[in-house]
Amino acid sequence: MTGFRTPLGRARGLGSAKHGVGDFIGQRVSAVALLFLVAWGVWSAVILARGDYETARQWLATPVNAALASLLALAGFFHMQIGMRAIIEDYIGRPTSRTGLLILNAFVCWGGAALTVVCLLKVAVGGGAI
Amino acid sequence: MAEASPGARARPLSPHLQVWRWHVTLAASILHRFTGMALYVGLLMLAGWALALASGAAAYDRYMGLLASIPGKIVLFCMTVALFFHLANGLRHLAWDVGKGFAPRTADVTAWAALVFGLVAAVVVWIVAPMSGGL
Repeated sequence: MTGFRTPLGRARGLGSAKHGVGDFIGQRVSAVALLFLVAWGVWSAVILARGDYETARQWLATPVNAALASLLALAGFFHMQIGMRAIIEDYIGRPTSRTGLLILNAFVCWGGAALTVVCLLKVAVGGGAI
Repeated sequence: MAEASPGARARPLSPHLQVWRWHVTLAASILHRFTGMALYVGLLMLAGWALALASGAAAYDRYMGLLASIPGKIVLFCMTVALFFHLANGLRHLAWDVGKGFAPRTADVTAWAALVFGLVAAVVVWIVAPMSGGL
């Protein structure tokens, strides 16, 4: 049967899946963004660690802080979804576990990003009261 | 994989973890993934902080109290080390992506630099934070 296959037919499917470059670029662009956001985030964490609830509330009421905190969460969850996806794809062979973990990873990252940004905005815009 | 024609040469496989001699570049590579996984939990802790803040003063105080406990501080310190190492090692990856830093000597030096930076930067932050009134 193989004798009838063209050289192109035999070669097909042996190369890359051709859609890895999006993840590759996304991982690097988010990494560059996180260099700055993490530096700012560590600095902010030191400031917030010495304060109480009111300190944090007022800190987040500043638009620049609210925007940067949201960006830190978004870039972070984006970056970590790609990273964890690569780890799952590398080490988990069984299709059911692999698919299950990849879906779980997506849910955790998207859920975490949505929850964090909504919470930050609730405090930043709504003043934080329940 | 099964699609390769019979008689075609076996495709090369990646060397397995066990056949590598231990080296600092190897350690940095493994630690990059390991710290990445740790920071996965770290970002979820940050999400927990945002949730506590949005839930009001009582919840926020409880969450901050948890982080300020001894186990909480140990976890936070480890997260700080992981964060700074992952950041520094990420810079190595970005340099490699533009074709720089592949010489064995350079790769060794930068691997050590990333490891040392991770630890030193974390210690500096944890010394500076209490001095500025935090923690």
